[in-house]
Amino acid sequence: MDILTATAQWLTDPAHWQGTNGIPWRLLEHVALSGVSLILSGCVAMPLGLWIGHTGRFSWLVVSSANAWRALPSFAVIGLLVPFTTSIDRNLGFTLYPTVIAMIVLAGPPILVNSYQGVAGVDRDLVEAARGMGMRERQVLFGVEMPIALPVLATGVRSAAVQVIATATLGAEFGFGGLGRYLVLGEANQDNGELFGGVVLVAALALTTLALFTLLERRVVSSGLRTRTAN
Amino acid sequence: MSGEPLVRWDWLFAHLGPIADRVGQHIYLAGLAVGIGFAISFVLAAISIRRRRLFPAISVLATGVYTIPSFAVFPVLVVVTGLSTLSVEIPLVLYTLVLFVPNIVAGFDAVPADVLEAADGLGYTSSQRWWQVELPLAVPLVVAGLRLATVSTIGLVTVSAILGDSFGGLGYYILDGYHRTFTTEILVGGLLSIALAALADFGCVLLQRLLTPWAAARNVAR
Repeated sequence: MDILTATAQWLTDPAHWQGTNGIPWRLLEHVALSGVSLILSGCVAMPLGLWIGHTGRFSWLVVSSANAWRALPSFAVIGLLVPFTTSIDRNLGFTLYPTVIAMIVLAGPPILVNSYQGVAGVDRDLVEAARGMGMRERQVLFGVEMPIALPVLATGVRSAAVQVIATATLGAEFGFGGLGRYLVLGEANQDNGELFGGVVLVAALALTTLALFTLLERRVVSSGLRTRTAN
Repeated sequence: MSGEPLVRWDWLFAHLGPIADRVGQHIYLAGLAVGIGFAISFVLAAISIRRRRLFPAISVLATGVYTIPSFAVFPVLVVVTGLSTLSVEIPLVLYTLVLFVPNIVAGFDAVPADVLEAADGLGYTSSQRWWQVELPLAVPLVVAGLRLATVSTIGLVTVSAILGDSFGGLGYYILDGYHRTFTTEILVGGLLSIALAALADFGCVLLQRLLTPWAAARNVAR
């Protein structure tokens, strides 16, 4: 009961809703960092995955990147980047770059693997039929393979987004702000209100991201495909 | 960090003992969580296989649990259990359940119904059928789950370094190195924890080969 009151008090205190350590600013930092990393990562991973899936070339790259990715603990990746990013920029390299780069690395493989699997899993007869109708390779990819691959693609983007939002919390331990900052401060100051307030915010953001991307997935997938996957 | 070499070999060689202790702690924390998680998951999976309607609920709950970062869960447990091994192990075990249960259920689902019928027809008792037919055929997916859970747990152990010097395994060096801007420590902690995860991944692949010799034989036959 004590913790609940402390948390509620911390969350509702107007002082915690303004300034650069306020909740809106920290939330913005968190979402901006995650969004930028996700977009940068997607810009590379998605075209690459689609191309590999379409041509069937270099598919070993997908498998090995997925395996290597699993063995990379984000906490270690952020830490390992610090010595190298600080040699490029002493300030941002100590506070911002390690987290951004680690999140880009984290988001890549799920998008890559799913773009690849989505396109590679399209019925080859359909692709042949499209070619037989005189479609160019690019039209086959964007007009036939991609729409059919969309559910798988969207799942990849969702899992990347959810993981990045959750893992970006670690950045607070390595000089970056974001919502994780409250966990670090709450623990350091032994302020349970702040700690649990931070936990509530982080959990809420992660679950909201999961829900939003699940909704988005439903919106982008054509209804014809939806009934087919339901069968 | 300028002026300092990237790796101070003298520090490294002077700290081989403590580094080995951290590796030991890392393996202990991860191994305990994977072991306990595996046992609990088998029970949960058995329940979900018998009572199918529970499974979607369990999966949704699992996705929700996995979405909440360990970074937020560890400090909460400290408040609940006090600072002890429990505050690290409880979240780690919970995360392994999320990876184990769906894989175990999928493993047993993948056993063809024909095979089960054939076993019944041959007069296997239900426990014989389970040990000699179902379990061996479920192994590939169960081990796939073990692989995921082991590697992710080894990664998560590093995060427990936020709870203080007495936890974190190799993660301790990553965080301490960052706070002291001491590159050597960061590299030792980071590279060794990645190596540990990669080694465990490789170990699981070997385990699968050992447990399912027929899969390799089939590949050779082709």
